[in-house]
Amino acid sequence: MKSSAIAVTGLRKAYGDKVVLDGIDFEVEAGSVYSMLGPNGAGKTTTVNILTTLLKADAGTASVGGHDVAAATKAVRSVIGVTGQFAAVDELLSGRENLQLMADLKRVRDREVVTGLLERFDLGESADKLVSAYSGGMRRKLDLAMTLVGRPRIIFLDEPTTGLDPRSRRTMWAIVRDLVAEGTTVFLTTQYLDEADQLADRVAVLDHGRLVAEGTPEELKRLIPGTHVRLRFAEHSALETAARVLPGAARDDQELTLRVPGDGTSRSLRALLDRLDEHMLDAQEFSVHTPDLDDVFLALTGRPTADGTAGTDTTDSTRSTGTATSTEAIAR
Amino acid sequence: MSSISTPLADSAIMLRRNLKHSMRNPVTVFNSVLFPIVIMVMFVAVFGGAFATGESKYIDYATPGLLVMAISYGLGATATAVNDDMTKGIINRFKTMDVSRGAVLTGHVVVTTVRCMVACAAIVAVAFAMGFDPDASALDWLGAIGLLLLLSFAAGWLTVALGLAAKSVESAGLATVPLIMLPFLSSAFVPADTMKAGVRQFAEYQPFTPIIETLRGLLTGTHASNGDVAAAFAWCAAFAVVGYLWAVSTFKKRA
Repeated sequence: MKSSAIAVTGLRKAYGDKVVLDGIDFEVEAGSVYSMLGPNGAGKTTTVNILTTLLKADAGTASVGGHDVAAATKAVRSVIGVTGQFAAVDELLSGRENLQLMADLKRVRDREVVTGLLERFDLGESADKLVSAYSGGMRRKLDLAMTLVGRPRIIFLDEPTTGLDPRSRRTMWAIVRDLVAEGTTVFLTTQYLDEADQLADRVAVLDHGRLVAEGTPEELKRLIPGTHVRLRFAEHSALETAARVLPGAARDDQELTLRVPGDGTSRSLRALLDRLDEHMLDAQEFSVHTPDLDDVFLALTGRPTADGTAGTDTTDSTRSTGTATSTEAIAR
Repeated sequence: MSSISTPLADSAIMLRRNLKHSMRNPVTVFNSVLFPIVIMVMFVAVFGGAFATGESKYIDYATPGLLVMAISYGLGATATAVNDDMTKGIINRFKTMDVSRGAVLTGHVVVTTVRCMVACAAIVAVAFAMGFDPDASALDWLGAIGLLLLLSFAAGWLTVALGLAAKSVESAGLATVPLIMLPFLSSAFVPADTMKAGVRQFAEYQPFTPIIETLRGLLTGTHASNGDVAAAFAWCAAFAVVGYLWAVSTFKKRA
């Protein structure tokens, strides 16, 4: 039996009347990637803050690396590395000096550690430039490199790819995979289903401070409805006819739209279009949708994400990558 | 990997970081070293001739006050630097590491003291160039340096607390303005008894006046009254204790 790197039971946290964590339980196996998925405000960062000794929980217990986070904070701090949501780098130091600062504080004497990390994160060229001149992606990379100084056994990454361009996201994913290959345990929060899908051994879905689902990505995906096609018609009568000839579709009379379930293959799309033609139906708008976090939430909680944040504030580029990846996953 | 981490070693690492910050920020260097010199030249060479400060030369009268002013000018940079640390997320990194809690703050206090001492040394050098003629024994000089060190250290803690308590970098900078203004409403540039009623009482009872008088006593060989010396040390101790307690409690509260 493998030991667990993180064990959490009945964790609760509230700010005044606002309950942020409403009793969550989970366990993370050593050497695995555990991903916590949820929209903004679900309680992901609060969970990370409690596990990394920044916050005290109101109730429940949490142990990290075998040490209680409330009682043995010093021991917990000595085995973890944390990369928060906002790059925690020193702007007035160079990249090299930032890493050296970490090495000094962790009493890492080996000079090679700093140069090694600079090379590994492709920061060698800008190593001696001040961080204030770094791009967002470079800061994130430096931030993660700083976390890795001293080789912590358990690493927390709070939304490590939010706001990154697709290429930087892939780089970040590759780094996480390398870490796990070296035996590091990674606890990762994300708003993106595909990210959890790509990286995690187990995924937990957090909503309003509760874990609404937990399992492997495959288990989770079975809970999500498949791909669908969305059709919008000009008139009510057209919607009426279409709903009649396409059984199993869900209609929205106000929007004049129809959601037709499908598997996303070209064959099923052609069949659908042929069927519309047969009945002389013209859809004004036609779009193919693959499951995303909104759908997971719809499926798990019976309603869309609290305020639509997870879906709407993602950038177009990341969104399209996400959609493409989920399509692959579903098609397989 | 990690061996015994001592608070002292952590503080030294933080000090090195803060020293680099100071050197790289031209505004900090200007405000804390050059600006007091500009004010000094202005007061001594421009206004000085018109001030009645007794029989001594004006530069001899003003230098102790200018030293205290140089210290108060150096504080603004500390408040903004501390606040910057708290709002920029790097503090959370330090907090999740096995690093001595106070090291971040101690680093700021020590770098403030160092910066203030550099500013004071610059003021003394320019003062000599402008004809400063102190009447002080080696022991008096030691006493003066000791008092300046104590004041920098004590005001440093108070400023760190102000920086921690401020909501933003801007308000942190603003919070130190009273400290910067105090020397102007003290006996730094003209004797308090030449001032209008109201301002005079304020000047006589505010913390910087006894500190400046003590310093002036040491540097001009006139020796300040025991009351002023006691008040000077009491104010410094009060700054240090209040600043330290306030800073530590605010630091713990801010996640």
